[in-house]
Amino acid sequence: MTGTATLELKGVSKRFGAVQALSNVDFVVRAGEVMALVGDNGAGKSTLIKGIAGIYPFDGGEVSFEGKRVTIHGPRDAANLGIEIVYQDLALADNLDVVANMFLGRERTLSFGRIDEVSMEQACLETLNSLSVTTIRSVRLPVASMSGGQRQAIAVAKAVMWNSKLVILDEPTAALGVAQTRQVLDLVRRLAGRGLAVVLISHNLHDIFEVADRITVLRLGRKVAEFKRSETTQQEVVHAITAGSLESVPGMVEA
Amino acid sequence: MSKVTTAKMSEEPTRMGQEDSFGGYMQGWLRRVRAGDLGSLPIIFGLIVIAIIFGIREPIFFVPRNFVNLLLQMAGITTIAIGIVFVLLIAEIDLSVGFVSGVGGVAMVLLLREGEGNPNWPWWAAILAALLLTLLIGLLHGLIITRFGVPSFVVTLAGLLAWSGVVLIMTTKFSTAGTIVIQNEIVLGIANSFLPTQWGWAMFAIAVGGYAFSTFSQRQSMVRQNLVARPLLVDLLSVGGLALVAGFAVWYANQDRGVPVVAVIVIVLLVSWSFVANRTRFGRYVYAVGGNPEAARRAGINVARIRIMVFMISSFMAGVGGIVLASRLRSVDTNTGGGNLLLNAIAAAVIGGTSLFGGSGKVSSALLGALVIASVENGMGLLGLASGTKFVVNGLVLLAAVLVDAVSRRSRESSGIA
Ligand SMILES: Nc1ncnc2c1ncn2[C@@H]1O[C@H](COP(=O)(O)OP(=O)(O)OP(=O)(O)O)[C@@H](O)[C@H]1O
Ligand SMILES: [Mg+2]
Repeated sequence: MTGTATLELKGVSKRFGAVQALSNVDFVVRAGEVMALVGDNGAGKSTLIKGIAGIYPFDGGEVSFEGKRVTIHGPRDAANLGIEIVYQDLALADNLDVVANMFLGRERTLSFGRIDEVSMEQACLETLNSLSVTTIRSVRLPVASMSGGQRQAIAVAKAVMWNSKLVILDEPTAALGVAQTRQVLDLVRRLAGRGLAVVLISHNLHDIFEVADRITVLRLGRKVAEFKRSETTQQEVVHAITAGSLESVPGMVEA
Repeated sequence: MSKVTTAKMSEEPTRMGQEDSFGGYMQGWLRRVRAGDLGSLPIIFGLIVIAIIFGIREPIFFVPRNFVNLLLQMAGITTIAIGIVFVLLIAEIDLSVGFVSGVGGVAMVLLLREGEGNPNWPWWAAILAALLLTLLIGLLHGLIITRFGVPSFVVTLAGLLAWSGVVLIMTTKFSTAGTIVIQNEIVLGIANSFLPTQWGWAMFAIAVGGYAFSTFSQRQSMVRQNLVARPLLVDLLSVGGLALVAGFAVWYANQDRGVPVVAVIVIVLLVSWSFVANRTRFGRYVYAVGGNPEAARRAGINVARIRIMVFMISSFMAGVGGIVLASRLRSVDTNTGGGNLLLNAIAAAVIGGTSLFGGSGKVSSALLGALVIASVENGMGLLGLASGTKFVVNGLVLLAAVLVDAVSRRSRESSGIA
């Protein structure tokens, strides 16, 4: 767990009009490690991720990737660095099929600018197989016809297909059943096992304690704590998330 | 502590099934149709109804001469509707195509004017200049829509007014009557000349051969990589079907004047733009922007650029259509690009099966829809209906198409294949 810092954020901030979504947040994730990012609704988790992705660039602060200062202006920059993100809302184009979605923005082409459908379909099938995704029977059907679990599997497969160095998953299990949650968690561990840095956002502390190495807690846009999983308890994390008030206990009262 | 159990626990049994056997393929198709994915069915149904109604009341509807007339009448609408398909695919609208086509046609005709003190441009230069002009008009529309975030509806509505004014200004400036006649033989030939019999068959051979080649080479590369290809029977039937329909069309046209040159131009346009839409990255991004702009943005696609280019395509195709229409009417006048040209073009795209809600549709829907629109107009012309009646019927046809689109979309959504 003493790998180099794959991604390091120093004092990043983001404001949406009157809402200070992030203020002065430090955040580090290393290769081969699963970093969990927790916090109540609106704590700024998704905003942090979108800043890393360059979707809503940070207002201030420093971003380093593998030790080098970088500025990420958009999703292409992030992808070029080796950062892949599975968004909370998945962001799949419903009218396109599985292959088209997994390669969106990075299609392989032949002569005359023709899209190389055959090799893309093959790569797509290989990735799904390597992740033991068996629920998707045809990769040539529009994503609109797929269930929540199938869509989640597609989004995760899309992120790992690109030899990425950092994979960020925003609530990847929120819409999944028991068996599928199990699969995604196994997948998360396997990614870290391959030497990737993984950031996992979840409201489910049970899941987090199962796969995370470290846990960063955000509250109202500030980083309030960072724990090593081996040195903390769920109680302690819950306390950090809610600042003592136990009215809402994520992970325990999941409806 | 319990795991999240909100979601459906069991994977719903996949509706897709294997489609590599012919029976399975047909079952899959039937299931999609029942779920509201109607494809070309409403059009085929509509064409049969149209043929029965007009065929019974006016048998001339079916003679070869009228068939060729129909092909000529369709050409302009089909061309403009191709551009509209692209605009609808990104869930936008372009209300300016009628008068932009007018501007293109009039510009070409003005540059062609012969004699002392006139431009005297060669035909190709006049056509290129007119198309460049319409391309720039599309660029202007696209820039305003994307830079200022104004709905395309409003921007192109303003365009509709402004460009109709430009047509009026251009035509009345150079002719007191407001009508300018085309003298150039080549430009007149675009929509008024026909292929000799053998040439018609040569075109048929090239089209069917090309389609068969692309179908079977696609199939081979799939099979070679052990991927599931369409059943062989389906490929054979679609090639055979095309050969049958195209063969009949060529044969029937040859009973009269022959295959119109403009029909070949329209086919080339349809094939080229289908290639762009289905086989290239740009086409893929057009569908992605229409299906989920946010997903497209996160995939690193420059959504604004795609939008601008689509409005350029739509104005450009309007320009091409304007040239075709000017050639067919042998002149331009103050009302060129007006009348129900705009509505016919939009109706053609929608009737052909391109959704008004974005992300779903095909370039070929321009052809199918234009066939319906032109048949109705042609048939009503033969019956000698009053123009009031014609407008009402046209309106009802468009309404029917939009309703089919909305209803099939709703049932697709409720069965999860939106
Ligand atoms: N695009 C936006 N425009 C304006 N405000 C925003 C935007 N995105 C997020 N916010 C605000 O920023 C704050 C943090 O939101 P964020 O989505 O990052 O929370 P989160 O921790 O991901 O919550 P959840 O657990 O519900 O996903 C919220 O107050 C939210 O309303
Ligand atoms: Mg969130």
